Parts: sequence; structure tokens; C-alpha cells
Amino acid sequence: MSTEITQIRTPAEKALISLYTSEKDRLPGNDAVKALRTEAFAEFERSGLPHRRIESWHYTDLRSQLRDAAPLFTAGSSEFEDSLRHVQPKIPEGYALVLLDGVFVPELSDLDDLPEGVSVCSLADVLAKGDAALVERLAPKGLGTGDPALSLNAALMQGGVVVDVAPGTEVAKPLILLSVMSAGALHAAYHRSLVRIGAGAKLTLFEIVDAVEIGSNQQNGAVVIEVGDGAEVEHLTRISRQGADAVIINSVLASLGANCQYDGFALIADGGLVRRQIFLRFNGEHSTAGIRGLSLLSGKRHADTTLVVDHAMPHCTSREYFKHIVADEATGVYQGKVIVRPHAQKTDGAMKSRALLLSDSASMFNKPELEIFADDVVCGHGATVAQLDEDQLFYLRSRGLPRGEAEQLLLEAFAAEAVEKVRNEGARERLLTYVSDWLAARK
Amino acid sequence: MPAVRETVETVRSIDVDAYKYGFVTDIESDKAPKGLREDTVRFISAKKNEPAWLTEWRLDAYRRWLTMREPTWARVDYPPIAYQELYYYSAPKSTEGPRSLAEVDPELLRTYEKLGIPLREQEVLAGVQNARVAVDAVFDSVSVVTTFKEELAKAGVIFCPISEAVQNHPELVPKYLGSVVPVTDNFYATLNSAVFSDGSFVYIPPGVRCPMELSTYFRINEQNTGQFERTLIIADKGSYVSYLEGCTAPKRDENQLHAAVVELIALEDAEIKYSTVQNWYPGDAEGRGGIYNFVTKRGDCREARAKISWTQVETGSAITWKYPSCILRGDESRGEFYSIAISNGRQQVDSGTKMIHLGKNTTSRIISKGIAAGRSENTYRGQVSAHRRASGARNFTNCDSLLIGDRCGAHTVPYIEARNHSAVFEHEATTSKISEDQLFYCMQRGLSGEEATALIVNGFVRDVLQQLPMEFAVEAQKLIAVSLEGSVG
Repeated sequence: MSTEITQIRTPAEKALISLYTSEKDRLPGNDAVKALRTEAFAEFERSGLPHRRIESWHYTDLRSQLRDAAPLFTAGSSEFEDSLRHVQPKIPEGYALVLLDGVFVPELSDLDDLPEGVSVCSLADVLAKGDAALVERLAPKGLGTGDPALSLNAALMQGGVVVDVAPGTEVAKPLILLSVMSAGALHAAYHRSLVRIGAGAKLTLFEIVDAVEIGSNQQNGAVVIEVGDGAEVEHLTRISRQGADAVIINSVLASLGANCQYDGFALIADGGLVRRQIFLRFNGEHSTAGIRGLSLLSGKRHADTTLVVDHAMPHCTSREYFKHIVADEATGVYQGKVIVRPHAQKTDGAMKSRALLLSDSASMFNKPELEIFADDVVCGHGATVAQLDEDQLFYLRSRGLPRGEAEQLLLEAFAAEAVEKVRNEGARERLLTYVSDWLAARK
Repeated sequence: MPAVRETVETVRSIDVDAYKYGFVTDIESDKAPKGLREDTVRFISAKKNEPAWLTEWRLDAYRRWLTMREPTWARVDYPPIAYQELYYYSAPKSTEGPRSLAEVDPELLRTYEKLGIPLREQEVLAGVQNARVAVDAVFDSVSVVTTFKEELAKAGVIFCPISEAVQNHPELVPKYLGSVVPVTDNFYATLNSAVFSDGSFVYIPPGVRCPMELSTYFRINEQNTGQFERTLIIADKGSYVSYLEGCTAPKRDENQLHAAVVELIALEDAEIKYSTVQNWYPGDAEGRGGIYNFVTKRGDCREARAKISWTQVETGSAITWKYPSCILRGDESRGEFYSIAISNGRQQVDSGTKMIHLGKNTTSRIISKGIAAGRSENTYRGQVSAHRRASGARNFTNCDSLLIGDRCGAHTVPYIEARNHSAVFEHEATTSKISEDQLFYCMQRGLSGEEATALIVNGFVRDVLQQLPMEFAVEAQKLIAVSLEGSVG
């Protein structure tokens, strides 16, 4: 009766298996790292590409949506300069760390001007040396364990950076982690970075997923963040210049110490299929985490934001706030899970996801979950899906605004609410401009 | 506030042993052989003297069931169920169609008396004047008596055991049976389709407002039996019916399976109000025994402006797996779900609803209150979805959880799916504990900790209690106090 269903491998899964077989000896790492890669890939093989039967991927069926897995590709050094010229004007001011096709390129990065207290090394070097303690920190236990996309990332990671911010360091300018895909044929990149922020340090981290030219790339990137006691981190993510076929998987694995503050914000406006997943755990008391985001989706885009916030310690506060504007035939997905462990008393959690649907064929799926084992907590979530309010439109039109302008004004206000909490002023301004441009271009 | 006094009195009068309905009735019974085979299905069908189409329908379900797997997605944990160790049919021996109450086995009547169920037609429920309720009493696998039949017949209302309806209403049963919960719907519903024994059948003719509340009372008595009842309610155009369901079981060390299916069909402008007070034996404090309550309940607002409203008070069962749902097919139809789920001891509750918006301008409302105490797990799992063509769909969901003690868990898993831009969905959920300030305030006025808790909890669930018919509201309030017994301090 309970016969195991044998999985039929999709073309993309077959391609991934042959990709791993052909690349595994070339990927960086000593024997211990190779063993970990084998283990991670075996886990991926067991689960296959995530599909709707896997609860955390319920609305993003990668198995049916990923038609083919692209090969790895690294641009030749002569193309570096070229790529740089394309990308550089778009980068905000700060210390840039550049990953080209998933591989860290020191020549393109601002390594020389790094302020005191900040050190950067290449992930490939770390893996080659295979320092066991460091390698272990690249895959923090209990954060996203068993996630198929992360297993694939662990098996195939080509490069990345390991950043250390010494305790007490206040980094004045933002640190920019720029992951660029080179031009050319369809190719994939897998990268993972580790950012350790020492006790009492302050850092703004920009994570930019970009491409030299708009194309159909596949990127599976992960950032592991360790926030030390009393540290303050703002982590801003932007996914831009991705074609309508591009598949972007962006994972954040964050662990927070005591008395610290972590604020994340992500703008998703590009890419064909974007899956952003954040796994965050409180390891110390009295910490605050704010995870926010804005999705502007048009065409046939599919953007999925999935969070797991694990209140493992008492007296912590978390705020999740997401806005989605979904137009055309796009699909928005929000899954947020707040776990409050048995001893995490005095937890304060509030989660909100609000979506506006602008067309008849747009879809939005919300799944805000609470999983609570402690009794002395205040936790809540809210989720709404609606269209623009006719009353508000009427009000504006009665004051002489044409319908189009009235709509734009309301949409801008809706989106701005999510952007407001971004602390970095420059970034906030740029985000607001981006939102108005996007809305204006829609018409 | 008489309700408050009532609660306080109930809390005071609770026996040491909180579950009052745990006695066993010693009555001879007629059982099917143990286990489930095609023969068992044929045996049940033959016992009921069923027409051939139904026997085939059952066998078809049985064959489908063999290919299905038990669902594991719910947040409940239990050892594997030995389906071959169960009796799938058990009936009190002396009930070969009693013509009147006088013919019913007195032992059975005493059972229902003990349960406080009025089987004598002139009887009136305590505390409520002039309330008349027609009752269908189901004992293990068969319906033993249905009251007020004649008076209902005058109004054209059909209220009888489903086994009788199969014989007498061939124009209705084949047309509607399995039309809301298809045979292949899910593991337990398919099992039920194969072996369902009895249950209630209700048909309200067009334009009739059912003159009284209809009620079914389910009782599991035999050891090692599963109860598989099937309820089918059809409200024809412009009619109204309010239906109540209650259930209890004896205290036994083993776990018993209850896999029921309820199908509601509301045609144009019809309204069905379905209320449940579920009080199966929850098992003891260590989690021994108790009922596994795996129930499929679904209503279909098949035509325009139909309305279905589910109200449930879930206090019993070791495990509850239950999602009363509404398919809002007709334009401007409405679905409602009001729920109180209380878990204590080692109970596990995974319950919620589904509102499937298919028609235009359909509306739904979900109010769910979960209370977890002791070492229990209480999960709300709900889905609200709007189809592409369901323009103007509107939903409001509110689910609140209350935790009493630090060894229990409360979880919320909503799925909100909008495929139409004119859909407006709102969802809010909160989880908190009973505020110390409120407790302090009550205790300062002389209430004990337990009394104060019961009082606050009753306030917490008031929105839902108000939806219950009066007779049930009183009982439900008492139940809440009993369920929370021993959870404070």
C-alpha cells in the first residue's frame, strides 16, 4: 500500500547531476570540503528540485518551472575590464567586493582602501585550506537545514568572500557585495559568502545581484551573517538587470548575538523567477531584527520571499514587513514563519504582508505562519490582498488628478511605506526613485 | 451576568474526574468480523440491505483506499493505526427498527439520559424554555431513534438515518451523495465512503424554514470499533435549517478511530447553519486512550446567494484533524466558520477551514479561537483562495490563540491565495497568554485562579459562542470550564 514513489528526474535535475559529476574535481576545496560537497549533493539528489509537495516551496515549483540547468562558466580575464566598465557606474559609493560569475575577483574589488578592522579573503582560498572551524561556519547548523536549494549551493559553490569586521569597528561607508554575471551564453553561478560582524561593530552591507547585460542567467547565492553582541547591521539587497528567464535564488542565513540589531531590506523588481529565503535565528537575548522588502512584479515574473525567524532566546523582537505590487501576469509569494521556542519568553513578534494586485491575471499567495511554544509572548501577523481603493482614487480624481496619476500616487505611497524604514539615506533615496521610475515605466 | 455565574458554578462542581461521559453501556452488539476486506464492505452493505449501486460505490471507494496513503502533513503525531485490528461495524442487537420509543432498549435510553440527550419528545432542555430539538441518536454504527419525525414530515422536512434515506429517497441520495466530498477526496473520506454505517440525512424542501433545530448525537460505545458516520444535508431553494451535532465516547485505554464525512448542499437562497460540540474522550493526562477524530466536513453553496455557516466547539478527542470547508460556487454566496478549539493534557488539534471562492461577489468570514493548555498542541490551518473568475471575492479572517502554561504550543498556518485582482482578503492572527493584569483583577475580587481563567477564556471565545444556538451555548460554556480543569497552577 505504501510503496515509495520513484522520482522521475526532470531534464534540469539530470543536467545538475551531470554538472556536478563533471565539475566536482575542479571546484575549490581540500578533501574534507570535497566530502561535504558530496554529502550535500547526495542530499540534493534525494530531494530533487523542490516542488509543491515540499511545504516551504509550495508556491514555487522549481521542478516544473526550471526547464534546464545552465552550465558553469567563468569569463576570461580579458573580459574583466569590460564587465567592470558596465557595472561600475551603477554601484553606490562604498567598498566593493566583486564576484564575477560566482568567483571572487580581487582585481575588481576595493581591497586596498578597506578601513582598519575589516579583512576580506576569498572563499576559494578558505575552502582550499579547509580550516575546519571556518568551513563549519559556512553552513550554520539549524539554519535552512535540508533546503534543496541550499544543498545545491553547498555542493556547487564556486567562490565568494569571507569578511571579518573586528569588534568595535564602525565601518563608515557601506560594504558592497556585488555579484555580477558576465555577458554571453546562458550560464549559472553558485556562490556563498560569510560576513562576521564582531561585538559592538556597525556595518551597512549592500548585496547587489546584477548582470553585465540583461540575460537569462541562473544564480544561486547565499550569504551567511553572524552578528556579534551589541552589533548593528543594515543589510540591503537589490536584484536588478535580470532577464525574464533569469532564475535567482538568494539565501540569507543570519544568526544574531545578544543586544544586537539586524535590519534587512530587499528590493525585487527583476528576474524571471526569484526566490529569496531568509533563515534567521536569535542566539542571544534582547536583540531586534527587522526584515522588510518590496516586490514590484510585472510581466510573467514570479517572486517568492520565504522567511523563517527562529526565536530561540527570550526577550527578542522581530518585525517582518513586506509589500508587493503585482501587475500583468506576475505572481507574488510570501511565506513567513515565526517560531518561538519553549524558553523564548517575552518574545515580541509582528509580521505583515500586504499586496496590491493590479491586473486580472496577477496572483498573490500569502502564508504567514506562527509556531509558538512559549506562553508569555506577544505575536501577531496580518496579511492583506486587495486592489487599489476606489474611494481613494475617487478622492484624488475629484481634486483634478487624472486616473493614471492618481494611481501612481497611491502606488508610490504604498511602496514608500516599506522603504521608509531603510536607515541608509542614500539607499533610501535611490529606492524611492527606483519605485517611481518603475511605476512610470509601467504605463 | 448569569453566564459568568454559571461558569463559576460549573468550575466549582467539577468532579475529580473531568470527563463525565466516560462510562460504558453494557449492551449486546452485533459486529462485523474484525478487519477490513471486500467482504467487510459487502457485509455492511448487506446488513443495510442497500441497493446495488451503493454496494458498488462502496467497493469502488474501498479499492481506491487501498492505493492511498495516510496524510502526514498535519501537525499531529500518533503511532500507526492498525486498520485491520478494528471492527468496522457494530450495532446494538435489539434495534431491529423500533417503531416507537417504547421499543428502544431501555439500556440505551438510560445511556442517553445520562448524557443529557432528550429522546422523549416532550422533554425540554435544562435552562431553556420551550426549546424543541429533533434528535437523531447514533450509537456506534447505527441510528437508534429519531424524534419528532411526524411533525417534521408535516413541514415536508425529511430527517432520518441515512440508511433509511437510501431506501426511501432514491430520488435524492444518489444525486447528492459524494457530490461535495468525492469518493477519492482523501484517505479518511475514502475509507468512510467504503464503510460508512449510519448518520443523518436531512432534506429541506424549497421555501421551508425548518420548524425546529435538528440534532444528531453520536456515541461510540464498543471497544476496538471505529465510527464512520456520514451526514448529508440538502437545503433546497430558499430554505433554512439549523443542525447540531454532539458526540461522546467511553473512557478506554486504547485509541479509537472516528472518520466521518459531512456533506452540506445549499441551493439558491438557502441557508444551512451547522454547529458541532465535539466532546469525544480526549484521553487521560498522560495521553493514553482517546479518540482519533479524522473528519472531512464540507459545504457546497451550489447556487446563488446560498449561505453555509460552520460553528464548532472542539474540546475532546486525542487528535483532531478537521477542516470544515465551504465551496462558494454560487454568485453572492457566503461561507462562515466560527471555531473554538481547546486542547489540554496531551491533546493535539489541527483544525481550521477552507474557503474556496469560485463565484462572483462571494464573501466569507473566519473567526477562530484556539486555546492551548497543559502539554497540548493546537494548530489553526486554513486556506482562503479566490479563483480567476471570482471577482469581488471578500474574506476576513481572524485567528487568535491563547496559551496557558509554558509546555503547550499554538500554531497558525494560513494559506491565502488570490488569483483575482478584485479579491479583498484580510487576515490577522495574534497569540498571547492570559494577561497577568486581568488575572490579578479577577482574583483581587475573590475569584480563584481557575475561576478567573475560565472567566477570561469565556470572554476570549465569546464571539464564537454567540454563534451557537442557545441550547448549545450553555453546554459549550460548561465544557470550556471542564476542559481547562487542572490547567492553572
